[in-house]
Amino acid sequence: MAASRMKRPVGAAERYVAQYDAFAANGAGGAPPWLKEIRAAALARFAELGFPTTHQEEWRFTSVASIAGTPFALPARRAGPAAKRVAPLFLPVESACRLVFVNGRYSEALSSADGLPRGVCAGSLAVALEREPELLERHLARHAAYAANPFGALNTAFLRDGAFVHVAEGVTFDAPLQLLFLSAPGAKPTVAHPRSLVVVERGARASVIESYAALHDGTYWTNAVTEVVVADGGHLELVRPQREARSAFHVATTHTLQGRNSVLRVHPIVLGAALARHDIVSVLDGPGAELVLNGLYLLDGTRHADHHTVIDHAKPDCQSHEYFNGVLADAGRGVFNGRIIVRPGAQRTDSKQTNHNLVLSEQARADSQPQLEIYADDVKCTHGATLGPLDEKEVFYLRSRGLSPEQARSLMTYGFGAEILGRLRHPLVRDALDRLVHGALEPPIDRGATL
Amino acid sequence: MLEITNLHASVEGKEILRGVDLVVHAGEVHAIMGPNGSGKSTLAQVLAGHPAYTVTEGTVRYMGRDLLDMDPEERAREGVFLAFQYPVAIRGITNAYFLRAALNAARKHRGQPELDPLEFMDLLAEKLKVVESDDSLMNRPVNDGLSGGEKKRNEILQMAVLEPRLAILDETDSGLDIDALRTVAGAVDRLRRPDNATVIVTHYQRILNYITPDHVHVLSEGKIVLSGGKELALELESKGYDWVRAEAAV
Repeated sequence: MAASRMKRPVGAAERYVAQYDAFAANGAGGAPPWLKEIRAAALARFAELGFPTTHQEEWRFTSVASIAGTPFALPARRAGPAAKRVAPLFLPVESACRLVFVNGRYSEALSSADGLPRGVCAGSLAVALEREPELLERHLARHAAYAANPFGALNTAFLRDGAFVHVAEGVTFDAPLQLLFLSAPGAKPTVAHPRSLVVVERGARASVIESYAALHDGTYWTNAVTEVVVADGGHLELVRPQREARSAFHVATTHTLQGRNSVLRVHPIVLGAALARHDIVSVLDGPGAELVLNGLYLLDGTRHADHHTVIDHAKPDCQSHEYFNGVLADAGRGVFNGRIIVRPGAQRTDSKQTNHNLVLSEQARADSQPQLEIYADDVKCTHGATLGPLDEKEVFYLRSRGLSPEQARSLMTYGFGAEILGRLRHPLVRDALDRLVHGALEPPIDRGATL
Repeated sequence: MLEITNLHASVEGKEILRGVDLVVHAGEVHAIMGPNGSGKSTLAQVLAGHPAYTVTEGTVRYMGRDLLDMDPEERAREGVFLAFQYPVAIRGITNAYFLRAALNAARKHRGQPELDPLEFMDLLAEKLKVVESDDSLMNRPVNDGLSGGEKKRNEILQMAVLEPRLAILDETDSGLDIDALRTVAGAVDRLRRPDNATVIVTHYQRILNYITPDHVHVLSEGKIVLSGGKELALELESKGYDWVRAEAAV
């Protein structure tokens, strides 16, 4: 397998090798030696792997030929957009900070972090590399394995800036930290490699919104990697609205690592991009840890979204609850692959996975694949997937209560989204996303009213 | 209020109703009893407008109008309510959201202003008392993960909110334990008014211990074969349905 991969022409990949050489030669020179080593190794790995093809099992349903075939360049650093154009792209909730990253680079002018509680650091990763080198050396690029992930390798090779969030031991607060990764596409196709590191220390509690959006439509590619560490007894809710432009490509990997009795709730909400691929790799690395992966994808036109998740139960007594719902209209295409590994000794694992797809047209398609790998005997693992059109029994039930067929259908469609959003703990964040989902679907009954 | 004349209906080409005649006036409670397979549930579904059933003959007048000419949602907005034997779950939609949508559809139809969420919550609090329930289910999805008894109670809550003129209860008593039955039947009894009517479709007599019917009908092989007062239900309980078949054959 590896040998045949090596023989495959990597013409498209060579473009990025050349880019890397230019990148390493100038602006990236300020990085500490350990990071330079990591970057060089990642670039070498990317050059080996090349772009994946649909002959590879992990990419069977998702072709990235359109990414490989487009000459993306690193964006030139220009003056940022006006603040008033950026403000509406944040979720309208009171936040501990609002940080903006334009094409992957932190924008101090557009960011505000006045409300940060003591013990919370949130800002530019590039700045943190200078100020907190030891902390970053311990975590950055240590969790996101890229040996089998060319996009993760490419992001790591171009690692320069992004978001850094650190919540010190025992610090708890409710107001979310908002991170907005903003693309400002230009005349030529550009690629950004935003990198985020979120560390929640022992017993700390925080909420982070990691948003992806664009100022306007255009051909661009976001290639993001986020590493999340929740230490023993820590608690993190991570909400991830992806609202890229309709022509955009969005490829991302989220790696999470949890300590003993920690709680992590991740909510990927896919509303944008022509082609989106999100890999989530979650390691439950301390007994008693709890993970919720709770995602939603709404796909119309010819939009395509692929979620590949790996939940690794490495220690006993952990729980994972995974729920992904998809609404597929027109010729939308949803892919879900959920792998659950229960390591030897991870007894009393409690794992639940569901993937429900509402397929609203003949041209729409959903693929769902559970993969269970269980190496312990005292475990509870359940999974279930459904796909299909709206249930006519339910339509009649709603009509018998006075709703028109159109109202019934839009209410039921909205329900696929509302079921996921109902698991968000922060009520105002939930309401804000509810409005976005309402806007993306045909609004039922009346808009903006939630009970 | 409701006048059914010579109603014939079939499903998938099989005739189930074979000439039902029934007249229901405002203020009345009718019980329709009968053995399994007699067509009781089909009658309830046909009155609600289920698209799987085809009416092949006969008429149904409701409030002076042709009921069979109305879509299911129009029947509902005009005050026809069917409490389902098997209520279905609606993914992601909370009871409160759903009930407000349903109530507002009817209010809009009647030219009344729609209720905003706060006004609706006030009304809902009153209606919850009728079914002796608290609001713990209101932010949970419609019928999702509910026990059989909770689903039936939920149907009656919907009935309390929508205040139908004509309520049809399809086997609402089935699957209920004695306490749940008392609660549900008590709620139905409290919702009786001189200007509304209730049709109770049931296999067993026991719900009629809590709601006294004005008329009892026995449906057998798609026709009403016997009608009487409340004492008929007790007679059926002691003698069984075979006795009716024998009577009807005479």
